Amino acid sequence: MDPISILVNVAYIVSAILFIYGIRMLGRAETARQGNLVSAVGMFLAVIMTLINENLAGNFGLIFLGILIGGGIGYFAAQRVEMTGMPELVALFNGFGGLASLAVGWAEYQRLFETDATSIFTSIVIFLTVLIGGVTFTGSILAWGKLSGRFGGNSTLPNSQFINVALIGVLLLCGIMLVLFGATNAGYSMFMAVVVLSLVFGVTGVMPIGGGDMPVVVSLLNSLSGLAASAAGFVIGNNVLIVAGCLVGASGLILTVIMCRAMNRSLGSVLMGGFGATSSGGSGVEGEMKAASVEDAYYVLEAADSVIFVPGYGMAVAQAQHVVRELGEILEANGTEVKYVVHPVAGRMPGHMNVLLAEADVPYEQLVEMEDVNPTMETVDVAIVIGANDVVNPAALTDEGSPIYGMPIIKVHEARTVYALKRGRGKGFSGIVNALFFGDNTRMLFGDAKGTMSELIAQFKD
Amino acid sequence: MEPTTLILLFFIFVLSAFLGFELISKVPSQLHTPLMSGSNAISGITIVGALLAIMQSSDSQFAGWLGFVALVLASINVVGGYMVTDRMLGMFRKKETKKD
Repeated sequence: MDPISILVNVAYIVSAILFIYGIRMLGRAETARQGNLVSAVGMFLAVIMTLINENLAGNFGLIFLGILIGGGIGYFAAQRVEMTGMPELVALFNGFGGLASLAVGWAEYQRLFETDATSIFTSIVIFLTVLIGGVTFTGSILAWGKLSGRFGGNSTLPNSQFINVALIGVLLLCGIMLVLFGATNAGYSMFMAVVVLSLVFGVTGVMPIGGGDMPVVVSLLNSLSGLAASAAGFVIGNNVLIVAGCLVGASGLILTVIMCRAMNRSLGSVLMGGFGATSSGGSGVEGEMKAASVEDAYYVLEAADSVIFVPGYGMAVAQAQHVVRELGEILEANGTEVKYVVHPVAGRMPGHMNVLLAEADVPYEQLVEMEDVNPTMETVDVAIVIGANDVVNPAALTDEGSPIYGMPIIKVHEARTVYALKRGRGKGFSGIVNALFFGDNTRMLFGDAKGTMSELIAQFKD
Repeated sequence: MEPTTLILLFFIFVLSAFLGFELISKVPSQLHTPLMSGSNAISGITIVGALLAIMQSSDSQFAGWLGFVALVLASINVVGGYMVTDRMLGMFRKKETKKD
């Protein structure tokens, strides 16, 4: 090893340490922001050291241009995005990462194809890189589309399980042939087949998964993009790629499992797409939704001693977090105890609602956990549900036939009065009828959540 | 690739996997989104692979262009990922300083 290579590899070790510390610090509220910075420094170091590693005489301009274009797009997107659109953007970034790994794998295969034969091991890891990278790319793009409403949340394929199993079979077959043929013309056609089929598999794999399960899917795809980078590391024999990619892969998988647990479902059942795609749940719901006017709500809130807000994705869609906080402050000034209860999987990503409430400057002490509020729910005068649905559906406790049976919920139906802000009478993102909305103590406030909140605030100010 | 190198790389891989599992076992749920977005930025490490692919483009011009595409995509992932995470966490921070 020449001195420069040694220096570069030592720097890679430092990068890996920075990533590890970065992820660790990201897991604690006090250190999270510095943690992100620490990991960014690790990334910067890895890039700089790679640039001094090899001779880049003729390529510096091209590299500079590439970083400028990509960095510019990333910068622009990160600056411009609304906090409510965060899950979509993470899904999109994630997809680009996957495609980048695919391209790295392809570049190496191309180089081997044009220079000399590849080894069996290299062919295997090239196959894995392209497979995982391709699935991550199209899967993330589809998740992005479903989250942002560009594609239907519940669009499905007929016989999707059969198609997916068949695709996996053909992919494995092509992979085996790719390994056998190596860097030959026959191998190259197998390689192209793997590229195309992986991209197709990303679509057909995510397609049957219902919109309500998208947070889990984004988390899983995040894990996969790490694994794709790690596989690319094996392709080019680079340890910093292997370490960083694997860290993301493993931590992403844990996060996915944590989310599944919060919904009391197994990862397998999420991937099979039993949820959201079917809408058999809620069949036993009786009664009708009772609409209330803003004035009614005002009188009840005015007299209430304790009020809890339960935000869901509807609050994000309506961008209502600021007016919600404003109403909360008015209620507090009126002598009412105000709390915000956030379900672990409310919104489109875990912690999505916390980010929005933080953006709106909701005091930290007023955020309470579901487990702390549920036992005392009977003493709560008013629960205001803002665009949340499945996370407050009592069917999860009572209806064994419901697809969400067993999921822990915020038991707002036990509160004295429930006001549910909802855009219309339809089913939610997951396609399940919500018994809460038909309850005796529930009043519906139909319309845009932000508009309804603003009207309530106006009532208080009069 | 030499078998010894291979074993070594696998060794690194397995240890990293266990480390990754241990790292985030106890994370408060409000940090899940920033954590996902922050680790997503780290998976942009594939940018290093893109750089190496461009540098070896003397062997294959097409491979060099693939490397360039990978570089642009990975740069979006890295720069966008870190910045968006910072923005999110900045909002938590703002609230905490106010409390003090």
